[in-house]
Amino acid sequence: MTIFFHELKRNKVSLLIWTTVIVLFVLMIVVIFPEMKKEMANLNELFSSMGGFTAAFSMDRLNLGVLIDFYSIEAGTVLCLGGAFYAAMIGISSLAKEEKDHTADFLLSHPVNRQKVIIEKLLAMMTLIIIMNVIVVVTTALTVLIINETIDWKIFLLLHLSYLLLQLEIGSICFGISAFLRRDSIGLGLGLATALYFFNMVANITEKAEFLKYFTPFAYTEGADIITSGNLDIKYSLIWLTISLVILISGIIKYRSKDIL
Amino acid sequence: MEVIKIESLSKYYGKARGVTDISLSVDSGEFFGFIGPNGAGKSTTIRILLGLIHGTYDKVAIFGKDIATHQQEILADVGFMSSEGMFYNGMKVKDIIRLSADLRKKDCKEEARRLCDILQLDTSRKIEELSLGNRKKVSIVCAMQHRPSLYIFDEPTSGLDPLIQYEFFSLLRERNKEGATIFLSSHILSEIQRYCDKAAIIREGKIVAYDNVDKLTKTTVRRVTLTGDVNIDNLTGVSQVRKFNGSMTFFYEGDINDLISVLDRSDLKDVMINEPDLEEVFMHYYKKEGETL
Repeated sequence: MTIFFHELKRNKVSLLIWTTVIVLFVLMIVVIFPEMKKEMANLNELFSSMGGFTAAFSMDRLNLGVLIDFYSIEAGTVLCLGGAFYAAMIGISSLAKEEKDHTADFLLSHPVNRQKVIIEKLLAMMTLIIIMNVIVVVTTALTVLIINETIDWKIFLLLHLSYLLLQLEIGSICFGISAFLRRDSIGLGLGLATALYFFNMVANITEKAEFLKYFTPFAYTEGADIITSGNLDIKYSLIWLTISLVILISGIIKYRSKDIL
Repeated sequence: MEVIKIESLSKYYGKARGVTDISLSVDSGEFFGFIGPNGAGKSTTIRILLGLIHGTYDKVAIFGKDIATHQQEILADVGFMSSEGMFYNGMKVKDIIRLSADLRKKDCKEEARRLCDILQLDTSRKIEELSLGNRKKVSIVCAMQHRPSLYIFDEPTSGLDPLIQYEFFSLLRERNKEGATIFLSSHILSEIQRYCDKAAIIREGKIVAYDNVDKLTKTTVRRVTLTGDVNIDNLTGVSQVRKFNGSMTFFYEGDINDLISVLDRSDLKDVMINEPDLEEVFMHYYKKEGETL
């Protein structure tokens, strides 16, 4: 597991920065909730009358005076987008950065099996994402307890499970794409995550664009759906699990025989 | 025993030529030089040997094992130094050296310490703070600390100061005396001539000369330097003619009697006919016919 631990060490600073920023945003949202709740009668009316914007964030289906509803919109956006960006960034850099920086020459001239290199790097990427999510869940849960608020813990965990799945899938897709690149392309990873996020927003605005939900893994992280159904949408989860596995396996096959120039 | 065996190896990058149909072998314990300028195909050959890129071939084997099917086994007993010496930024030298040993699942602390002392390498510095020369020293330690049977070095001395170059070659000779095989790619001919037993010259992806270094410099080609009024226009086997201040030098690879006849008919003030040194042999193979230096 030398490569696995090497990857964790190399990425510890970016993990620390991204986790700190996301945790601070999420905690800020949780901490301001008691104040927001007092104003919510007026705000609910305001939020539910903003047309497309209301629909885009599913605010027409949620009661912002309830912590889990408020959390799913506000923290959900930060966790989905921020988490997806982080996953995309480490995924897309994982293999391509080695080639861009010519460190692949150093690594692959050792007696290491390329498939093992890929698997240890993939496991490291997944571990980094899981560490970030565990820290966010634990700190948020503690904060909820400290401010003496009540929250539906089952939905809370389901929401976080969906964010974790989303990040793992986007990370895996970018990791798979990374095997085909010769240059580190963080822009491509971030662009992909942004595009998928906007597909979901557009799909929320109008029924005519609802088909777009099939084109984005953000579809199954929709807080309003999880809260109303009490479940993850298996249909969208499975579609994107399959897509990410196909891209990931294609990347692994490519990298096994790739010329490292 | 042949430590490296290459038969009919070719590699194209799309339409661009890498190497074309090259064959060579390196015996156990040999100090082998691989000579050619940038872009000739030296690094391509080395990268194929290491399994970093893939070519087409009848046979490419190291330690008698096919590189495609026994790559890990082969690399466990190979020390490689790349021409660029690139490592992970943010890591300290000692961490890189330990990582290299860990990837080989070997404890090389003692040997690493000895090599760092000889090469005067400060292991507490971060990679991004190092000059090319110091990065090369890190490469040398990583390539040698596990005492492999085969060393493959791609342009090892660029960036190293003369004192460290001397220490580096002393280390190589020490390992070579212990029985290790050295495969050294370089365009610095003097170091090939000084240290190597055997050499191959690669030009535009093809091996154009391949022999013992002594024999390479003992070709039938002669460097002729003369002063006087001489007409060599009708002499065949002349190349790389260079004229300056009433003198002329050229390479001659024809019948020596024809040369003597021409010289006999000329009004000469001075003449020297020498064996070329390796540098001149190299230039001989590299200059196109009729081209002057």
